[in-house]
Amino acid sequence: MRVDEHPILDFKHKEKIAFSYNGKKMFGYVGDTIAAALVDNGVMQFSKSVIHERPRGFYCAIGNCGSCNMTVNGIENVKTCLTLLEENMIVESDKAEVIIND
Amino acid sequence: MIEKELVIIGGGPAGLSAAKVASEAGMKVALFERSFSLGGQLIKQTHKFFGSESQYARVRGIEIADILINETRKHDVEIFLNATVVGLYKDNIITVYQDEKYFKVKAKAIIIATGASEKFLAFENNDLPGIYGAGAVQTLMNIHGVLPGKEVVMVGSGNIGLIVSYQLIQAGVKVKALVEAAGHIGGYLVHASKLRRLGVDIITNTTVKRAVGNGKLERIVTVKLDDKWQEIEGSEEVIECDALCISVGLSPLHQLLSMGNANMLYVNELGGLVPIKTCDYETSIPHVYACGDVTGIEEASSAMVEGKIAGLMAAKHLGFIHPNYDSLEAELNQQLCVLRQGPCGEKIRCGLKKVGEIYD
Repeated sequence: MRVDEHPILDFKHKEKIAFSYNGKKMFGYVGDTIAAALVDNGVMQFSKSVIHERPRGFYCAIGNCGSCNMTVNGIENVKTCLTLLEENMIVESDKAEVIIND
Repeated sequence: MIEKELVIIGGGPAGLSAAKVASEAGMKVALFERSFSLGGQLIKQTHKFFGSESQYARVRGIEIADILINETRKHDVEIFLNATVVGLYKDNIITVYQDEKYFKVKAKAIIIATGASEKFLAFENNDLPGIYGAGAVQTLMNIHGVLPGKEVVMVGSGNIGLIVSYQLIQAGVKVKALVEAAGHIGGYLVHASKLRRLGVDIITNTTVKRAVGNGKLERIVTVKLDDKWQEIEGSEEVIECDALCISVGLSPLHQLLSMGNANMLYVNELGGLVPIKTCDYETSIPHVYACGDVTGIEEASSAMVEGKIAGLMAAKHLGFIHPNYDSLEAELNQQLCVLRQGPCGEKIRCGLKKVGEIYD
């Protein structure tokens, strides 16, 4: 969901780019972070908590909380809130198996 | 190992201001920023600033960011973007992570201007997708033009909570309520009045008891608090919403300083763990300085002034005397006194006293 009209800011004149999320084709705009494009496309769940696998969404937007880490072009644990979207990016919910030593 | 004269960590208002002044003093500056752009959190602030003329009062945050970035670019500052500093070690060595590679940098002096992060709030299901930091929502809608949801509830009535609520309305989102645990509004009343005029219900003595939803936020349950901050039984109310913004304060991003073994102190008034520093903004680690929100939560205006002082002092201690050193030093300290005066500055003055800085 994008801002329609804004009294101060102008979001127009952006170039549309395609990417995939878990195999599904989606569109974002040049200048979007991956996270912003996902939220715009209605994606709420970005990752899962390690032990209880609770769904995690976008939270801090400054690369601090780790909640939006995903696999991007095969690279795990990418901070999607600080990574700009690029044409044909392959974005997947993180598949990394995390081993916790008790 | 790469060697640099002055390393600045963080490209927000404090770091950019430090870079400018240290460059003017003749230092070669390398600035590291973990985001893809400079300006820190100013780049999403569409509101006009308060404060004094020298800190760009009545100018919008986004425009202040442009001014600071342009000033920095005029000087010969080496800028590393998408570069996260992940370690601070002995002998002023840092580790940087950039483009999937780690590298080390040794500096003659380091200025830490890492800023702050938003605090969380403890309640049942506080990790449901759809629950955001208020600052994160500001980033989403003011930088990217993306809306967090259709119906939002804001938690916390400090200036960030009030301003972001107003900006949500500007962007076309319905703000269903603003809940505040205290008995009074935390931020400036001028912001709160604006919201009330737009019909936003500001509910004091109330907090979030739990969030409800299957995989994503669908509604919240609020509860009233008594004057001892205890929940009042039977006072629960349900508010349907698809986004909840948490705006309950910030805490300093102290991790690098803690890792480097700087002397730290927990100061509630400053938002959390902060470094003990000299009046020249040097931490207990020689030639490692700190300025801005990492030394105590304040406004961007004071972060800019602090950054300039840190830049001035880091340079001076290595023999680089700024051409206007004397007048600048007096002027900057005077500006800070002005920014921190009056009842609104009381909390910060009280906090700074605890770390040894006194403004009377």
